[in-house]
Amino acid sequence: MSLTEVSAVCTDRVILDRWHPISALAETTPVPQRTQLLGAAIAHRRVGDPEPEVWLVDDAETPDAGPPLPVLVRYGYVWTSLGDPIDLFEIPEFDEPDRRRLNAGSIHVATSAPRAVENFLDLGHFPYVHTGLLGAEPHTEVTEYDVDIVDGEIWATRCQFFQPQAAQNASGGQMTQYTYRVPHPYCVLLYKSCAIDPTRRDTIGLFLQATSPETCRAHNFLCMVDEESTDTQLRRFQQLIFGQDKPILENQQPKRLPLDPRVETPIRADKSAITYRRWLTELGVRYAVVPAD
Amino acid sequence: MPTPPDTAWYPVARSDDAPARHIFHGQLLSQELAVWRADDGFVNVWQNRCLHRGVRLTVGDNDGGELVCRYHGWRYANRSGGCTYIPAHPADAPAQTICNTVFPSVERFGLIWTTLGSDGEPPLVDTLEGASEFGLRPLPVNAPADVVLDHLGSYRFAPAGALTGDPAVRVAGIGDASIELVSTADGHESAAVFFVQPVDAARCVIRGVLAATPGEALAIPVLRHHNHRLSVLRDRIESSVVGHPPGASPAPAARADERSVVPADRAGLHHVRVGRRWDEADGIVGFALEPIEGQLPAFQPGAHIDVHLPNGLVRQYSLTNGPGQTRHYLLAVKREPQSSGGSSYLHESLAEGDELHVSAPRNNFPLRRDVTRTLLIAGGIGITPLVSMAHALSHAGLEHELHYFARGPEHLAFATEIDRLSTRLITHLGLSPEATGVALRTMVADPGPDTQIYVCGPGPLIQATRDAAAAAGWPDQAVHFEYFANPTVLDQSSSFEVSLARSALTVSVPAGRTILEVLRDHGIAVPASCQQGACGTCSTRVLEGEPAHQDVYLNDSEHRAGDAMMICVSRSHSDRLVLDI
Ligand code: FES
Ligand SMILES: [Fe+2]
Repeated sequence: MSLTEVSAVCTDRVILDRWHPISALAETTPVPQRTQLLGAAIAHRRVGDPEPEVWLVDDAETPDAGPPLPVLVRYGYVWTSLGDPIDLFEIPEFDEPDRRRLNAGSIHVATSAPRAVENFLDLGHFPYVHTGLLGAEPHTEVTEYDVDIVDGEIWATRCQFFQPQAAQNASGGQMTQYTYRVPHPYCVLLYKSCAIDPTRRDTIGLFLQATSPETCRAHNFLCMVDEESTDTQLRRFQQLIFGQDKPILENQQPKRLPLDPRVETPIRADKSAITYRRWLTELGVRYAVVPAD
Repeated sequence: MPTPPDTAWYPVARSDDAPARHIFHGQLLSQELAVWRADDGFVNVWQNRCLHRGVRLTVGDNDGGELVCRYHGWRYANRSGGCTYIPAHPADAPAQTICNTVFPSVERFGLIWTTLGSDGEPPLVDTLEGASEFGLRPLPVNAPADVVLDHLGSYRFAPAGALTGDPAVRVAGIGDASIELVSTADGHESAAVFFVQPVDAARCVIRGVLAATPGEALAIPVLRHHNHRLSVLRDRIESSVVGHPPGASPAPAARADERSVVPADRAGLHHVRVGRRWDEADGIVGFALEPIEGQLPAFQPGAHIDVHLPNGLVRQYSLTNGPGQTRHYLLAVKREPQSSGGSSYLHESLAEGDELHVSAPRNNFPLRRDVTRTLLIAGGIGITPLVSMAHALSHAGLEHELHYFARGPEHLAFATEIDRLSTRLITHLGLSPEATGVALRTMVADPGPDTQIYVCGPGPLIQATRDAAAAAGWPDQAVHFEYFANPTVLDQSSSFEVSLARSALTVSVPAGRTILEVLRDHGIAVPASCQQGACGTCSTRVLEGEPAHQDVYLNDSEHRAGDAMMICVSRSHSDRLVLDI
C-alpha cells in the first residue's frame, strides 16, 4: 500500500492534512510499536533523541520498515500525519515551568473520535456518570454559557457546574467553573478552576487518535498546578473519570457523530456540541462522522 | 419457505425476561429493542436509543414507572415513551414532541411479542390457546429465518412421556414464521410450536413452546431433550449456510413513520372514555379517562388537559397522576357553585362509559427536581396538581411537605393516596383568612437556600402566599403558582395601537376589546386557551412599549421586565405596543 492508497482509506483532506497524536513520547521504545491511524497501519520507534521515527506499514511481511511519515513531538506526545499537515495548535500553559505535565493514559475506545470530543465538552452527564466526583443529584442544572468561534477554534466560556467535592479537603459542594476549547477536529481542552491556586487554571486535554472511523485511542493530557499529588494519584483520578465515560461512549449509536441536527435531540445545554457539529460541517470534515448532507 | 414479512408480529423475549425493574436487550430485524415492564405490569417495547444522544436505553434504569437514560438522566414514560423530564433544564417541561419510538406489545404463550408494522396482533395458535404452555430455552441460530423455518420441518423430538421412545413426528400446521409439530411414541403425544424471531438478515432465535407443561419430575429431562436435539438441528442448519456469507445486515427495517401509539385526531385531540368515576371528597368527583385506542401522551407533574365536554364547553383540569401511572388520565373535579355548565355537567351528567375528547397535556406549572426541599401549598381543589407533584417527589426520594388548607375534613381529597407516599402532610382546616395568613407566614418564615414553593388554590390564598414569601425574602423564581382562574377585575377601558413585527401589520385595540380578539378579527391565529390570563398559552414577546399586565400567569419580576405579556387580558400603558407576532 502506498501513500496514495492510504488516502483511499481516509479521503478526507481536512483530516489527512492535520497532525494526529499516536503515542505519549515517554511510552515510545526502541522496539517498534504498531498502531493504526485513519484506517492505516503505522509503526513508530525511538531512535535516540529527540525525534522518534514513524512509518507506514505498507507490507505486512515487513512491519518494521516502510515509507516514513512526518514526525512532530509536542506536549509530551508524538504526532504524525498522512497528508500535508497544517500547524498544530498552541497550548501556552504547557511552557509554564511549575506545571505538572503528563499523559494520564492512552485508552482504546470503541467509538468515533468526535463522539469522544463531544462527551468531553458535556457538563450535563456529571451527576449521572461521574456521581460523587464531578456532580451529584439533585444538582443537575446546566446554566447558560457562551460559545464562540475565535481564530478558528471553538471556545465555550462561563460554564459552571455543581461539584460535590471540588478538592480532596473541601467539604460540601460548590460551583466549579470550566472553559472549553476545541482547536482541532479531534482534540479538545478544558480549563478548570484550580483547587490550590484560584488565580490559575488546570488544563486537561483529550487528544483523539482516530484509528478508524468508529474507533479511537484517547490520549489523556494533564497540565496541572498541583504540588501535592503524586503522578500516580493524578493518573488514577483521570483514568477513573475516563473509565466512567468509556462504557457510555461505547453504547452510543451510531458510533460516527451525526452532523445533521435533526438526527438527535439537542437542548440548550448542548450549545457547545451544537457548535462543534456545525463547525465540523463548515470545515468539511467527513471522516468519523455522518455528514449532514 | 418464503421469508416472513417485516411487518409481521414476532416474539422478542420471554415474559420472564422482563421482571420488575429490569431492562431486557432484544433485537428484531436489525432493530435493537429495550424491553421493560413497569410496576403496573405493562410491557414496553421501545427502540433502544435515547433520543438525546443515542445512548442505548438498556444501559439505563427502569424505576418502575419510567425509563431513565444513563447518560443525562432523561426520563421516558411507561406506555407512550414520551420524555417527562430533562434534568439539565429542571425548570422546563420537555416538549410534547420528544417521544421515543415505541412498538406495540402483547404477551401471549409466555412470550413478549411486537411488530415493526402497525396493525394486527400476534398469531393465534389453537393448540396453545388455553393450554398450560411450557417454554423451551430460546436457541440463537446463525442463519436466515427462511432457512431455519425450512429445517424446523425436519426437527425430531420425543413426547414428554416417552423421551426414550422412537417417535413419529408430523407437521400439524405452518404459520408465517412458525411451525407446529406433533410427536407420538408409545401411546404418548406432545404438540410443540416453534416460532422464529428474525434478529437480522443472517441470524434468528428459535422459540419453542410445548402445548402442555410436563409433570414436575419430567420438566428438566424434557428441557434437556429439546436443548440437545435443537442444538443438533442448529449445527445442521449452520453448516448448511456455510459458504453463503450472510452478507451485511440490512439497514434497520423501515418503520411506518405515520404509525403512532398515541393517536390523535386532526385537531390534536385524543378520544377517551370515562373508565371510572368515584366520589373523592365532599363535592369532589374523581374521573379516570382511558384511551379508546392506543396510548395517551405523556405528562409531567403540574400538567393539565383541556376537557372538551359533550355540551360544547372546554374546561381545564390538572392531572393528579403519579409517574408511570399512564393507563389513564386522573382528574378530580369540584362542583363550583356558580358553575356555568362545566363542573356541573361533569358532576351531574358525565357517567362511566361516556366518551369525550381531551387535549394533550400542557404544563405551565413544571416541578423542579434539582432542589433539596420542596414546599407544596394547596387550597381546596388546588390540591390536584400538587398531588401529582407529591407522587413525583416521593418517587424521586426528594424531601417535601404538603400543606393542605380546606374547610373541613370532609373536604380533604386524596387523603389515603397521599398517606402511601413519603409526603409530610400537614392539614389546615377551617381557618379564617387571618389564621391562614399566620399559618402561611410561619410556613415560609425561613427561605432555605435550596428550597422551592409551589402553591395552587383560590386567588386570595395564592396572593397571601406570594406576599408572605416576598416579605420573608424569597426570590420570585423560588415561588411557583398556578391560578385556576384570574381573580383580577379586568379593566378594558384603554385604547391603543398594536404593531405586529413579523406580520408587518398595525391594528388598533379599542376599549372593551382584547388584543387577542382584535388579532383574530384580522385573521391572525394566536394560540390561546383559558382566555383569562391564567394558563400562559397566549404568552407573547413584547418588543417595544409598556404592557399593562392583568394576568396571573407571570410573576412580579416578569411583569416588571415587561418583555412578555398575555394578550388575552393584558393591555398597554403606552400608546403603542410592538409584539413579536
Ligand atoms: S443521551 Fe440519554 S439523556 Fe443524554
Ligand atoms: Fe465524562
